[in-house]
Amino acid sequence: MATTTFGRRGAAEPARPKGRHRGSLVALLYLSPWLVGFSVFFGYPLIATVYFSFQRYDMFTLEPVGWLNYRYFLQDEAAWTSIRNTLWLVVVMVPLRVLFGLGVAQLVTKLKAGTGFFRTVFYLPSLVPLVAGTLGFVYLLNPGTGPVAAILSAIGLPSPDWFGDPAWAKPGLTLLALWSVGDLMVIFLAALLDVPKQLYEAAALDGAGAWRQFFHITLPVIRPVLMFAAVTGVIQTLQYFTQAMVAARVASGGTDSAGSVFVPGYPDQSTLTFPEWLFHQGFRDFAMGYACVLAVILFVVSMVFTLFLLRQFRGLEEEA
Amino acid sequence: MTLTAAPARAAREARPRRHRNHRRRAALGWIATHALAIALSIMFLAPLMFIGLTAVMTDQQALTSQLWPERWEWGNFADIFARAPLLTWIANTMLYAVLATAFMLISSIPVAYALARLRFPGRRLAFLLVITTMMLPPQVVAVPIYLLWARFHLTGTLWPLILPMLLGDAFSIFLLRQFLVTIPKEYSDAARVDGCGEFRTLIRVILPMARPAIAAVALFQFFYCWNDYYGPLLYAGTDSSNWTLSLGLASFRAVHRVQWNLTMAATLLAMAPVIIVFFLAQKAFIEGVKLTGVK
Repeated sequence: MATTTFGRRGAAEPARPKGRHRGSLVALLYLSPWLVGFSVFFGYPLIATVYFSFQRYDMFTLEPVGWLNYRYFLQDEAAWTSIRNTLWLVVVMVPLRVLFGLGVAQLVTKLKAGTGFFRTVFYLPSLVPLVAGTLGFVYLLNPGTGPVAAILSAIGLPSPDWFGDPAWAKPGLTLLALWSVGDLMVIFLAALLDVPKQLYEAAALDGAGAWRQFFHITLPVIRPVLMFAAVTGVIQTLQYFTQAMVAARVASGGTDSAGSVFVPGYPDQSTLTFPEWLFHQGFRDFAMGYACVLAVILFVVSMVFTLFLLRQFRGLEEEA
Repeated sequence: MTLTAAPARAAREARPRRHRNHRRRAALGWIATHALAIALSIMFLAPLMFIGLTAVMTDQQALTSQLWPERWEWGNFADIFARAPLLTWIANTMLYAVLATAFMLISSIPVAYALARLRFPGRRLAFLLVITTMMLPPQVVAVPIYLLWARFHLTGTLWPLILPMLLGDAFSIFLLRQFLVTIPKEYSDAARVDGCGEFRTLIRVILPMARPAIAAVALFQFFYCWNDYYGPLLYAGTDSSNWTLSLGLASFRAVHRVQWNLTMAATLLAMAPVIIVFFLAQKAFIEGVKLTGVK
């Protein structure tokens, strides 16, 4: 323990300032690992990213090129495709996940028997490792031998080519995201159970039916939780990487390690997300200066949503 | 959950007819919600079931679209170990997960404690910065950090993923802090009156009370590492003897030219530990997930 002789004062003086100083030093000591970590793994690289974005950099030579990388971005069609794909996921996948998670949670609150069992079943898939879950879904949905195609054809329905069809690959990833909705469901369930029972009782006495209770009591009360889930969902989707990468790789039969470099996005760039393109530029093509341009853009966009979250937390802090 | 009993009884005494309608409707509602829950459960479990069934099919049957294995080929689970260096991948994954979790706990608990319970100038700012680093995509700062590790000749290993955990993990700090602020101040005040210093208060009073939260962050960290694909893809390099299970699994089918049955057997192998540990520590998980939602 760091005991400090710092600021030794006469007995007449109030003890508080001394305690405060000491408290700050102890806090500094406790915080020190994080302070170092924050500087080395966040502060420095953030500045360096901005600096590199104005350089041509292939890991060996740095050459200042001004705004060239940024101008290149404007005409990099793959980058814009990846932005459209990421936007698609933000606009479709995030709301569907929130709605579905809320629906499942609401259902669990209505159950009288087997609540624990159902909650476990709905939560379980969200624990499945991303790579394993993605592999599973590529198999389940594959048109040749997959069970989904078998079941669909048994009841006389046509089956799409999912991860082999540019129009169906993102819906396939969305199904995977809905399957692993359990973490959201648990958060929503906790929020729903926190809604004061008296509110419902009072509303029931006033003759409000289930739907009116849901829209006039449940939704307003859990709104902060929903907003938080939606915003964190957007930020997570901005970094959507693993599922798209693995699905494309497995569906195309391509590989990154047997010599040839695997280009993400199969089929036909339909699953190419923004972070995938950044990764590919930076660590497969070693266009590190240009990758930093993409990183700066990703930073600005995700910062907008993060600031929104920070505002919520600042409110929390004041209450505490 | 048994909330309906009292109003129902009141209604019975007052108006018997309406009560009977009520009960019918309640019973129908009961059946409808439970039927829906059962249908949903089947849909949630079906993928796991099909993965399991395919994992024990023969090579020939895996080429068909049959759903039920005609002969249970348990040998598949042994076969996958012969096809790929699975044991090496598992060992690497364990090393990564165990060390990262241990390092994270050592470094993050004091930080969370300071943020939750010590008063110092800049505390709010520090907390907001923790949230910011937690939220921002790792790809934003990936290039300079990669170059940093390249300078120390540590790319091509998993160390760039393990060593930073000695300097705290934002998500774990956040989660622990959210729990620690809920411990009533009286406990640490009492310890202080008994002459405990800040450090002894942390070790003797706060840590035992925070055990559920510590268990939750440890589990989350362990599984984050177990599941991590992006990190190993970035750092583990092309030599498959440095790979983790997730990384190896992703290229298993392509590199080893295997059928879906063996791929699903390997997939099941990667899922199994997570699911087993979940059933052993279900409560810690659920409590931990709740902490991630804002109140």
